[in-house]
Amino acid sequence: MGNQAQHPDHVDESRLRNRYDNFIGGEWKAPLKGRYFTDKSPIDASTLCEVARSDAGDVERALDAAHAARQGWARTSPAQRAHLLHRIADRIEENLELLARVETRDNGKPIRETLNADVPLAADHFRYFAGCIRAEEGSIGEIDHDTVAYHFKEPMGVVGQIIPWNFPLLMAAWKMAPALAAGNCVVIKPASDTPMSLAVLMDLAGDILPPGVLNVVFGHGSEVGGPLARSPRIAKIAFTGETTTGRQIMQYAAETIIPQTMELGGKSPNIFFADVMDEDDGFLDKALEGFALFAFNKGEVCTCPSRALVQESIFDEFVERAVARVAKIKVGDPLDPATQMGPQCSAGQLEKILGYVDVGKQEGAHCLTGGARAHLGGALENGYFMQPTVFSGNNNMRIFQEEIFGPVLSVTSFKDLDEAIAIGNDTVYGLGAGVWSRNVNNTYRVGRGIQAGRVWTNCYHQYPAHAAFGGYKLSGFGRETHKMILDHYQQTKNLLVSYSTEAAGLF
Amino acid sequence: MSVEHPIPPPRVVFSDRARALLRQLRAEHGPLLLHLSGGCCEGSAPMCLRASDFRVGAQDVLLGVIEDCPFYVAAAHYAYVAFSQLGIDVVDGGGDSFSLEAAEGVRFIARSRLFTDAEAQALEASGPAPRGPQAVAAASGADGTCRDTPTGRT
Repeated sequence: MGNQAQHPDHVDESRLRNRYDNFIGGEWKAPLKGRYFTDKSPIDASTLCEVARSDAGDVERALDAAHAARQGWARTSPAQRAHLLHRIADRIEENLELLARVETRDNGKPIRETLNADVPLAADHFRYFAGCIRAEEGSIGEIDHDTVAYHFKEPMGVVGQIIPWNFPLLMAAWKMAPALAAGNCVVIKPASDTPMSLAVLMDLAGDILPPGVLNVVFGHGSEVGGPLARSPRIAKIAFTGETTTGRQIMQYAAETIIPQTMELGGKSPNIFFADVMDEDDGFLDKALEGFALFAFNKGEVCTCPSRALVQESIFDEFVERAVARVAKIKVGDPLDPATQMGPQCSAGQLEKILGYVDVGKQEGAHCLTGGARAHLGGALENGYFMQPTVFSGNNNMRIFQEEIFGPVLSVTSFKDLDEAIAIGNDTVYGLGAGVWSRNVNNTYRVGRGIQAGRVWTNCYHQYPAHAAFGGYKLSGFGRETHKMILDHYQQTKNLLVSYSTEAAGLF
Repeated sequence: MSVEHPIPPPRVVFSDRARALLRQLRAEHGPLLLHLSGGCCEGSAPMCLRASDFRVGAQDVLLGVIEDCPFYVAAAHYAYVAFSQLGIDVVDGGGDSFSLEAAEGVRFIARSRLFTDAEAQALEASGPAPRGPQAVAAASGADGTCRDTPTGRT
């Protein structure tokens, strides 16, 4: 973010289709039962396209295609795999505006985010893993003078991936790029709320990989995700979503004894020390922006900084200024480049968020701004818009403990560093955290003391490739967006070789 | 001398529409269970699963049995919903999910009402909420069929 977004007024949309089938074996294949579901825009509830409503039979077809391609892809040289991933990245960049527009329409996220973050980052993750796989190597251990242990990294085979609706294209890239780079064939299920961007990408870039290497099966979790996750024909499953489904998928994986990576959400604390107000300068401005970042992607981010912990001595003054900033967030049509916050992804999501606002009020939390659905009138009246909302209260309240997945921030105070860490860790989750201070001892100690996979320090919501992302506690396990995820998509083969020409003398 | 406790309120109640949807799903998919999820995306919402598709853990808390479907929540999340009555309803549109009803284009959602002090005391007096898969049997009638019941009284 931060760059000036251009408004893609003149995007050629002739490549968009009214209906998308499954992408299996390098071709579009109609779902076996011939069923489709309607993909709607959360902006105005208008229809975007029809998408295959697949089931177990379609998953099997995708697995057939993936297994047919498996050996060839595994034997493709890393240089060639990297080359093809770069070509996918090229294709994404060549179609940046189109993909950004599709993503914004399907998810509701502002076009300035899709143009500057979602789509460029998706391309960059392909480039990053294209680079990583060129540099990947095994190891050699000298056990003794005549005995050598060679360690080779081998692909797992065919892997299953189930991705969420909050960053449809970017989450696809996070998961597909390392799996493909490592030489695996993929069967991926996008979320049925937001299937379109990956469908469009396959239309744009489906010719690049050999048929069967990447297969996309559209449909609902219970009808596609379940059969994929429990299939004995996958060697690994990756999931981003909520905890009950995470548990269900791990139970399936227990039946087939395959590894999993899980990213299951968070309730991330954003901690502001008093010294952020030592000066009224650019750093304070940055910290105030950091407070408002809970509204990024309308709060539909697993790492949403949904709890702000503000040091007692500055609480009133800092929160007053920060809330004033939140109140200025421009909610509107996400296709307008000036819009800062679009609609929630679905009607159900908006209802859930409003339910939590109600819980907050019942619990006695004080609503400092927002607290209701946003009524924008006209065509947008049918959209699922929410006011950015800030509550003050205490960390025992449900709105401080449960993931709302919307633009709702819960603010409380802390006395000192130890209490900041204690409150920050008083959650079942551990995905992200933020710490803001001019004092490096504060930031370091909080950073090390917080039980979360990532602690943004004097920044928030940056998602570059080459910084590991993943959870502690109920937020899951496994680390993505870093070369270490390659280890989750590779087996280790050890060749233990004796170069001795003498018998061991045992028998 | 016995101490009389007021009847504790149910921890979870379903709207008529939610009950009808549960019956429909049961007719279609067989025995079901509900599990209140946490975490991102479709989290913090009830997941309706085939009973054979999800292993209830020893620490899962039984919040109630509705239309023969046990309704559980993970222990870690129970700590925070223990003081609320969950009202389960259905909304149109939205939510990709492993929950069975999502494929029909509708979603169960949970609204909450904080228990009054008297209700909270009655619940506390009735003992800890039952946990684990065997809790359903304890909440069942003598004939082996589950009946609608709040937890805390079996």
